[in-house]
Amino acid sequence: MALAPERPRIYEGSRIPSPIPSVLELSNALRSSQDVLTVNFGPNHPSTHGVLRLVVDLHGEEVVGLAAVVGYLHTGFEKNMEQKSWWKAITYAPRIDYVSFQNNELVFVLAVEKLLQIDVPPRATWMRMLLAELNRIHSHLVWLGTAALELGAISMFWYCFRERDRILDLFELVAGFRMHTRYFQVGGLAEDIPPGFFDECAKFVELMPHAIDDYESLVDRNQIWLERTQGIGLLSRADAIALGQSGPVLRGSGVDWDLRRAQPYLAYDQVDFRVPVYQEGDVYARYRVRMEEMRESVRIVDQALRRLPGGAWIADDRKVVLPPREELHTSMESLIHHFKIVTEGFSVPEGEVYVTVESPRGELGCYVVSDGGPRPWRVKFRAPSFVALEATATCMRQALVADLIAIVGSLDTVMGEVDR
Amino acid sequence: MREVWWISLIKAAVIVNLIMVAFAYTTWLERKLLGRMQNRYGPNRAGPFGLLQPFADLIKLVRKESFFPSAAHESLYIAAPIASMFTALAAFAVIPFGAGWKIWHYHVDGEIANVSIALILIFALGSIGVYGAIVGGWASQSKFALLGSMRTCAQLVSYEVSLALSVLGVVLMGQSLNLVDIVNKQGATIWFFIPQFAGLLVFLFAMIAETSRPPFDLPEADTELVAGYHTEYGGMRWGLFQTAEYINLITLSALAVTLFFGGWHGPYAPLGPVWFLLKVFVFVSAFIWIRASVPRLRYDQLMRFGWKVLLPVATINAVITALLVVWVS
Repeated sequence: MALAPERPRIYEGSRIPSPIPSVLELSNALRSSQDVLTVNFGPNHPSTHGVLRLVVDLHGEEVVGLAAVVGYLHTGFEKNMEQKSWWKAITYAPRIDYVSFQNNELVFVLAVEKLLQIDVPPRATWMRMLLAELNRIHSHLVWLGTAALELGAISMFWYCFRERDRILDLFELVAGFRMHTRYFQVGGLAEDIPPGFFDECAKFVELMPHAIDDYESLVDRNQIWLERTQGIGLLSRADAIALGQSGPVLRGSGVDWDLRRAQPYLAYDQVDFRVPVYQEGDVYARYRVRMEEMRESVRIVDQALRRLPGGAWIADDRKVVLPPREELHTSMESLIHHFKIVTEGFSVPEGEVYVTVESPRGELGCYVVSDGGPRPWRVKFRAPSFVALEATATCMRQALVADLIAIVGSLDTVMGEVDR
Repeated sequence: MREVWWISLIKAAVIVNLIMVAFAYTTWLERKLLGRMQNRYGPNRAGPFGLLQPFADLIKLVRKESFFPSAAHESLYIAAPIASMFTALAAFAVIPFGAGWKIWHYHVDGEIANVSIALILIFALGSIGVYGAIVGGWASQSKFALLGSMRTCAQLVSYEVSLALSVLGVVLMGQSLNLVDIVNKQGATIWFFIPQFAGLLVFLFAMIAETSRPPFDLPEADTELVAGYHTEYGGMRWGLFQTAEYINLITLSALAVTLFFGGWHGPYAPLGPVWFLLKVFVFVSAFIWIRASVPRLRYDQLMRFGWKVLLPVATINAVITALLVVWVS
């Protein structure tokens, strides 16, 4: 199948549409012609992740106009969190981006901890890093499966979900829940790491690189896959920065930026990992970045598994952390603390804080304001999916309908996070 | 010796029903095989090994309310799936599946109709079948269906050219358009897939495109066009389109077997139809396998592949074959 290969080449200058950067408008010549068909892709369409609605102007098969309509999945997470005590608000965070749940949980907990100025024991820090990386693999697996499915490689979906299930099994083993674990607690972890986890996780670490080899052998040497992804959905380095991109989309456009290395949080400064960067800025580059990130995440999990320190799994701060169960029967003070935390919730000093982590989709930020009470005064998430979606129109230059699907897939937006 | 007319009639009735059963179990086979290739079981609830699944599906489809868009052109909308289905079924009439038998003192042919231009008839019926998809999509008055129809038009029409040209070599070597003659010639000399390997490859690619199976399933690319030309179809009308598609797959697989793999010929002659069925089964399974392993092509890539790769190869193959046939004789 020697389909004339076109060298993926990044463009010169800017392709960001004006006046609205996220809307590709019809040219005047086309607007007055009768040849344009306006189609709604979504909000209920087999290939949009969730309820994204794209209003697409088609000239034959070519996409000449595009506007994304979001908001169908708005659930008011941020507002809801303001009504709950700090303790209960944690459960909302993972539901915002239900694919990278553990990272969302992490960023909110980190923000609260920063306001509280609380010291987290190293065991909890390392375990958080381990789970966050497992979650990154999980997220990329879901992405790979669905993105390949959208390009017609249907089997990939099941292979990816096979490994994804193993990750969820690990989460279940640790926290009792497969998703939305609420295992990260202000001050550390909700419970100690259960025995048996290390063996199971080691098995997974051994298995995963081979699984990634399998995925690559299925798509990476497939001429059709390469044709469908290389040189498609171009986003130049300058445009990516101008559009505020982050994560794999940014690194696929040749910008070497990863918050895990640039502003190390948890124990990322103590582990050895590489940040994959590709220069092409196309769908294929984003795919490659994610594949290599999975490999690097496996390495981080492996290191965390070997070096996980012992000791306490949660800070010993009775104003914030629930006292151990057995103390409730012997200590009056513990009982009072327990009662206060469970009923009223703990108070967080007045102040505002912005904390970022590198979620699987890029810079996930959490801005939290506290008025000193038991509830957050304001919670705001900087959702990388939402920002990635803004690049859709720029990527969509000279695209066909089929490319549209590939491009939206490659930006890896999760509508729960976009609409919040 | 000519066949008595009522034998032909009985045979036609039997074969049509056999084809329908074959279609039903092709869907079962596809789901089972895909399931196995994708770490899942496939249908396993209805009957042992899910063997009753096709019938459960049929009952579901028939019982569904056949509503359609109020904007649709009613008569065309209803006629389209019927046209698809009819042409798909009719094409099988000329495919020989056995050498012919003598039962009591009646002669029974190995095909329903022995037509002297069988090959052209099959392609002609295929071309009419395309109208089903085109008209159906257009009559639905839906944008996705219209896009699907446009793709169908372009894809099927351009791949038909390659399909017809790819078998030209076989026709030249068999020196007939009659499928029975071609099979007999192969039995007497050599199965044509060896001398006509290039033709076989082109035929297979064009055939996948003609039956709109992955990786050439653009007319109904579910992730792009929802369901392509049959987006607005439901119930048994949709079922007819699906039936037509699978029967086309079986017919074209049978045609590939007939043209390139010696039809009913095999090591033990009385088992003719069994060999034929086995070969068709291998083909159908291979197409299911392909579906499980490759992504979909893009529209322009598909067109480029059809016109710039398949067509030249098919043409060159036909010319060289013609020269060789003349030179040998």
